[in-house]
Amino acid sequence: MTTQEIRMVQVVSEDGRVDEAQEPKLTKQQVFTLYQTLIRLRTFEARMMNLQRSGRIGFYGGSVGQEATATGSAFALEKQDWVFPQYREPGAALIRGISMETLLYQFMSTAKDIGKGRQMPVHYGDRAVNYVTISSVVASQIPHAAGGGWAMRLRKDNAVALVYFGDGATSTVDFHAGLNLAGVFKAATVFWCNNNQFAISVPREKQTASKTLAEKALAYGFEGLQCDGQDIFAVYAAAKYAVDKARRGEGPTMVESLTYRVGPHSSSDDPTRYRSDVEVDTWRKRDTLERVRHYLRHKGWYDESEDARLHKLAEEEVTRAIEAAEHAGPPSWETMLEDVFAEMTPLQQMQHDDLAAYLKWKEARA
Amino acid sequence: MVSVQFVDKDIVQVINEDGTAQRHLEPKMTHQEHLRLFRTMLLVRATDSKAMNLQRSGRIGFYVPSFGQEACQVGSASVLKPEDWVAPAYREPGAALVRGYPVKLLIAQCYGNKADAQKGRQMPSHYGSAATNFITASSPVGTQIVYATGVAWAMKIRKDPRVALVYFGDGATSEVDFHVGLNFGGVFRVPCIYFCNNNGWAISVPREKQTASPTIAGKAAAYGIEGARCDGNDVLAVVQVTKQAAHHARAGGGPTLIEALTYRMGPHSSSDDPTRYRSAEELEAWKKKDPIERYRRFLEKQGIVTAKDVKDLEADVTKEVEDAVAQVEGQAAVAPESMFEDVYAELPYHLRLQRDALLGERKAGAMVEYEQAEGKFPL
Amino acid sequence: MAVMTILQAVNDALRTEMRLNDKIVVLGEDVGKLGGVFRATDGLQKEFGEERVVDTPLSETGIIGSAIGMALYGLHPVPEIQFMDFIYPAFDQIVNELAKFRYRSGGQYPCPVTIRTPYGGGIRGGHYHSQSGETHFAHTPGLKVVIPSTPYDTKGLLIASMRDEDPVMFMEPKRIYRSAKGEVPEGAYTVPIGKAAVPREGTDVSVFAYGSMIPVCLEAAKHADGKGTSVEVVDLRSLVPLDIKAVLASAEKTGRAVIVYEAPRTCGYGAEISALIAEHAMLSMKAPIMRVTGFDTPFPYALEDLYMPNPDRVYRAIEHVMSF
Repeated sequence: MTTQEIRMVQVVSEDGRVDEAQEPKLTKQQVFTLYQTLIRLRTFEARMMNLQRSGRIGFYGGSVGQEATATGSAFALEKQDWVFPQYREPGAALIRGISMETLLYQFMSTAKDIGKGRQMPVHYGDRAVNYVTISSVVASQIPHAAGGGWAMRLRKDNAVALVYFGDGATSTVDFHAGLNLAGVFKAATVFWCNNNQFAISVPREKQTASKTLAEKALAYGFEGLQCDGQDIFAVYAAAKYAVDKARRGEGPTMVESLTYRVGPHSSSDDPTRYRSDVEVDTWRKRDTLERVRHYLRHKGWYDESEDARLHKLAEEEVTRAIEAAEHAGPPSWETMLEDVFAEMTPLQQMQHDDLAAYLKWKEARA
Repeated sequence: MVSVQFVDKDIVQVINEDGTAQRHLEPKMTHQEHLRLFRTMLLVRATDSKAMNLQRSGRIGFYVPSFGQEACQVGSASVLKPEDWVAPAYREPGAALVRGYPVKLLIAQCYGNKADAQKGRQMPSHYGSAATNFITASSPVGTQIVYATGVAWAMKIRKDPRVALVYFGDGATSEVDFHVGLNFGGVFRVPCIYFCNNNGWAISVPREKQTASPTIAGKAAAYGIEGARCDGNDVLAVVQVTKQAAHHARAGGGPTLIEALTYRMGPHSSSDDPTRYRSAEELEAWKKKDPIERYRRFLEKQGIVTAKDVKDLEADVTKEVEDAVAQVEGQAAVAPESMFEDVYAELPYHLRLQRDALLGERKAGAMVEYEQAEGKFPL
Repeated sequence: MAVMTILQAVNDALRTEMRLNDKIVVLGEDVGKLGGVFRATDGLQKEFGEERVVDTPLSETGIIGSAIGMALYGLHPVPEIQFMDFIYPAFDQIVNELAKFRYRSGGQYPCPVTIRTPYGGGIRGGHYHSQSGETHFAHTPGLKVVIPSTPYDTKGLLIASMRDEDPVMFMEPKRIYRSAKGEVPEGAYTVPIGKAAVPREGTDVSVFAYGSMIPVCLEAAKHADGKGTSVEVVDLRSLVPLDIKAVLASAEKTGRAVIVYEAPRTCGYGAEISALIAEHAMLSMKAPIMRVTGFDTPFPYALEDLYMPNPDRVYRAIEHVMSF
């Protein structure tokens, strides 16, 4: 029998103590970038929930309560690195430079959407910043990231692949296949598990009998560690460690980020049916923004008026994006048969022509 | 900081290579039980040898031999009760034989004629037996791990004091069904034994290329279940480890992942040529660790068998196999109508139409007799 | 008698049959405590306990594979796949194991599993909550494929499926989960698998469809009636085994066939109907056999209404076959 330690990274504790030994090297500018992104994200998500309730977008699945885990980890990446998201990491999207307009164009299925209105909200992607287009399927992105990281190492691109997934995803076949392959081929991949304690209604304990999720990495021959997902500095530190390691050619790492899904699985979910308010409140108190404020105060950088200014800027940014999206029209019917293949097949051309004929026929009857 | 314990280097071994034993580790067995194990191992070797001959001479089309892995299959399955269930991969004839599956039916399935309980539907080495709770094999690697988990789960739901034992190889541990089967097994604490025959090869891919994990048993921690490693060429070690796992499962302790270290002395199948990817030296080294040889030395040292006894047993099993072949070989081919049976419980209308069409065509001589495809199955 | 939706009929069927047969186990993601994302299994865990209504880890392979094992052992599991779009990890277990166990074992190992899964578009679900994959299963010998379109049929067919010795893909038309309402008798009853229904009789054109397309076809038929064309609508209900006799009887009666399915056009299930009519009733046909289908594209989000066959498109096809 061998005993292995799964270490836990935390920089700022819940009550505000800063562990200087674990503190990552970040400039004041960088700290404020992180903080501002959290403010923008929180503001954005609150407005999205409103938009959904008032019917202006059809659906929303957010990261309320777990803002730090994606934001902080994506910040450890460089431009040439790739992100393989699940669908709950808008913080990572913002850090990579995806604009709120881009997001809203997709949410409102407009003609300006990169995906041409083909998918339901929160299923976006942007090749320009190496943010791979999302699908609803849980964990399918994991083997993609393994292959991507493998290719990056083979081509000596100095690039790393970072893939996000939840606790539920660790039970899937794609998790097993992806991690095993990455271990064998020492892929330049970081496996980032946002353990937010729920897979819709199924709690973490029912997902697997292992003590931690991070230890599953050992089954594939590489390192697993945990971090406090509510502490953006711990998240960043853990991510930087894993990303740098992959970049040096030392293979993959799995990070289990401990966080909580304060919100529902999506706008179609009602979590009061399967969990208690007491539990939710406990985690609400572990607020990600408040944790950063502890750090700012510790450094003597906290300023209430600056805080208010950042919030105002965020509100304005969201408003502009919503307006832009609401003024963009829907995609044209001609996009229906495009992009299935590089070129339309003869059968598809027939369908395209028949659709045009149908629309003419319909108009004639009107 | 969380501490994780996982199975690393400890390998259970009872019989040393020279046939002496670590007496305190020996499982409690009568002479009868030893003889039963030994004879069955000889029977597996004889069956495999005969079947490979049959294939080479064109009398059957294909075969999956298990040379070198006799201890793994026979030792582990011998520990189970008749009411326990076994789910094979496709390389465990010994597990079927030790539970009372007749050699004749095994050979019949290779011929795929009227004597075959499976009505000639699958390629050789894909048999099953509800009478001995041996689930019919399929070719996809690892799928049996998940349904064996389901069987064990059902046993638990019904409160039956039974266990399920499922076999798979080192290659299968990379398969998705391994992950899923063991994860469900751990979450629902099912009475299942996950028995990995780590024979070093997945066709031509060696164990080291299969996973970066140092051991296979070490993967157990990832599912919150027990793990154990044993010398798979030491039948008593296999017995011991399986006994413990069965006891643990029956007591409600949940599953165990057993990694048995053994070696695939023969080819992947009759369509494989291992000289293309592994060295003669490696094979020779493992031949010296032949499980049947090791057990024979032990039994002779213990005075349980003499050299003459061994010769008699070898002759006996050879005859058993020859008799089986003689009884099966001459039998008629399966009737064409049987193709449409057992797709569903009752023959549905559309299949009846298809069946009648086929029979009608044959009757009218309208169908050209189909020529057997040239060449053998590539794997 | 009570008026129910399809969802309520599913719930009622499960509850009724689970009370009669203690071998039935329901398993899947979120089916227990939550009662299912559509509430199809609402209240069942409370009544039957955690051992018979199980919240599983996130793994379709595990759900279906375990169900197979349970069925081999003598239980009758009723696993749920939350959306048919997510069934693909389990495809190997379904095609290679579930469908073939009876056959490969010479009848020794039947595999009575009833897989419930919502399919189809119309709920603004985009690529991954709208797929219609019934053809994958219809194309796999050894599986039965059942698709109801009314609450009455839902309860009766689901109970029949749970009593069937063969594996059944019970595909639920989620678009009409709540909008289809009808009278459903109390207690257990069955609707035979393998028998089509004729919700509307007619003499000029036969329209063949199933699931969510039935209300669409009925709407088109009503419109056609107003224009003097008598349309017969045939609800297939079972794709496998198919009620060939009913299909051919209707085609021969009217001589004009329009087949409607929302799945992508190429190799959709309706292509089989078309081939069967062509083979067996060609000489009775007065017009080409037409199909109204989805397009050969992934299911689009924004253009969903254009993608799915609607009463207009069905009527256009009716008009077309009447023009011969």
